[in-house]
Amino acid sequence: MAKRLDIENLNLYYNKFHAVQDVSLQVHARSVTAFIGPSGCGKSTVLRSLNRMHEVVPGSRVEGRVLLDGENIYAPGVDPVQVRRTIGMVFQKANPFPTMSIRDNVVAGLKLAGEKNKRKLDEITERSLRGANLWEEVKDRLNKPGGGLSGGQQQRLCIARAIAVQPDVLLMDEPCSALDPISTLAIEDLIAELKKDYTIVIVTHNMQQAARVSDQTAFFNVAGVGQPGKLVEIGETGKIFSNPSQKATEDYISGRFG
Amino acid sequence: MTESTNSQRAAPPGENGAAPVNTPEGPVLEAPLTPPNPPNEKKVVRVGDRIFRTMATASGAFVVALIAAIGLFLLIRAIPALHANEANFLLSGRWETGDPEHLAFGIVDLAWITVASSVFALVLAMPVAAGIALFLTQYAPRVLARPFAYVVDLLAAVPSVIYGLWGALVLAPVLKPVAVWLNTNLGWIPIFGDGNVPADSGSNVFTAGIVLAVMILPIITGVAREVFARTPSAQIEGALALGATKWEVVRTTVWPFGRSGFVGGSMLGLGRALGETVALTVILSYTYEGPHYSIFDAGATFASRIALGSAEFNDNLTVGAYIAAGLVLFVSTFAVNALARWIESSSGRGKE
Ligand SMILES: Nc1ncnc2c1ncn2[C@@H]1O[C@H](COP(=O)(O)OP(=O)(O)OP(=O)(O)O)[C@@H](O)[C@H]1O
Ligand SMILES: [Mg+2]
Repeated sequence: MAKRLDIENLNLYYNKFHAVQDVSLQVHARSVTAFIGPSGCGKSTVLRSLNRMHEVVPGSRVEGRVLLDGENIYAPGVDPVQVRRTIGMVFQKANPFPTMSIRDNVVAGLKLAGEKNKRKLDEITERSLRGANLWEEVKDRLNKPGGGLSGGQQQRLCIARAIAVQPDVLLMDEPCSALDPISTLAIEDLIAELKKDYTIVIVTHNMQQAARVSDQTAFFNVAGVGQPGKLVEIGETGKIFSNPSQKATEDYISGRFG
Repeated sequence: MTESTNSQRAAPPGENGAAPVNTPEGPVLEAPLTPPNPPNEKKVVRVGDRIFRTMATASGAFVVALIAAIGLFLLIRAIPALHANEANFLLSGRWETGDPEHLAFGIVDLAWITVASSVFALVLAMPVAAGIALFLTQYAPRVLARPFAYVVDLLAAVPSVIYGLWGALVLAPVLKPVAVWLNTNLGWIPIFGDGNVPADSGSNVFTAGIVLAVMILPIITGVAREVFARTPSAQIEGALALGATKWEVVRTTVWPFGRSGFVGGSMLGLGRALGETVALTVILSYTYEGPHYSIFDAGATFASRIALGSAEFNDNLTVGAYIAAGLVLFVSTFAVNALARWIESSSGRGKE
């Protein structure tokens, strides 16, 4: 359960394009870390490198180390499939498997891992859906396709799917950007809940959201088109928002707040 | 909002009528609320639409009419021959059309050979096509996928008479030992039992089906490749992020997404196989003995029977017999296509 992440000198490339340069930061167990920064600065790229999803893009390359409780997930011989089973991910756009039932969606990861016991699967379905605050809304239609839910429900279904496997770390890439304020609040509450059991890294464009949900905040920036994105500073969320040490951070935050 | 819009729009009645509709404040939706506008205004705006719609409707109607006309032509020419028929058209296997005074023809044998070779071809081609399409879209590196796909497409460019010659002269001798082995060892299964020609003759449904399978492979592969490649990447990434292996990604996302399209493509291939003429005319040997309902049967399909009979096309009634067979083929191909559509739409519903 909940493990810490240490990112050391991470450099990420798409073919020849150097997308992210020299990122080092620590993510503590059972905490929420928010990534903020302007569009194109490499937040998603860094996030995707944390569960080896970056290398899914043809031509991409990773340099540096990502330590999960001290174990480098990029060490030779480490199976990316295994890494992704222990580091879950929720995407910007909800992506449940549309033809699968709600129940099958939730336990998809477990089934991939070979779990067959029906009772156990049912138990986990309920626990995960409760954990994602979705149980009450869907308990009567677990056999209906997951594609039939509202956008906010689909996103919570994806969260249930991600936590069903009890990952060590949960990565979320702008999980609320396609949702209405009510669903957004529901998910923010959920993140606060999940923090008790999981290590969470969340990318968000919403400053208030970062301020509300996260314990520490990392600000990324990019000098210009074609330049690599860099980590400008990382610190305790309260400090980043009230008294950042870098001028760029202050400009970005105050610019957003007007 | 509505009121201000109305007053704005009502203000310049003398102006060119088309302009106000396109102002940002005046959405087209509100047009019914503004009676002062000259009624012909909308028409002026939509002339292009109208022309396009008329043309689209007309060309659609033309195709439908053409198909109906072909069906009608077949029916009109077939009816007199069916009246004169001395055998049961649907249940008889006879084909005696030489003497117009005593026509006796039925389609059972034709239907068997046609269906057996096409279905056998489909059974062989479907898994291979699915495999190739999955390989090309999910596994093959891009540099390899392009040329490989091109080669598969090339199969469709080979004239069918070449397939016929290849099947009869090259493939049949190679297949002989396989056919004999199947016949001796699995002969207790009726479909592998003795046919109406010896199993080692090579000019049977077995050879024909394999050649047909190669011929329909590019059709099915092409459709399957298209649909598999269109699997939303969000779904693929979702599966990957759950720790799915390549194969599990295919199983959980690509296959469910593309299955109905794949079946539709297979039905297209089936339609093609049912109608294939030249290759089967070359491969299948002619025999007067009725089929034994084995894949080692020989005989004629609807299409090859018609092609072989062209020498007899000198009497209206005789021709009518062939046309009746053609009509059955026409209707079944139609039914297969309808079935393909139905499968596609009914499995598509599950995705919502
Ligand atoms: N698949 C890809 N192939 C090539 N370049 C990419 C790819 N994905 C992202 N990039 C580039 O990498 C850089 C960082 O992109 P990334 O998606 O990480 O930014 P981001 O900070 O998440 O932006 P946003 O806030 O808009 O989501 C950008 O310049 C982007 O164009
Ligand atoms: Mg992003």
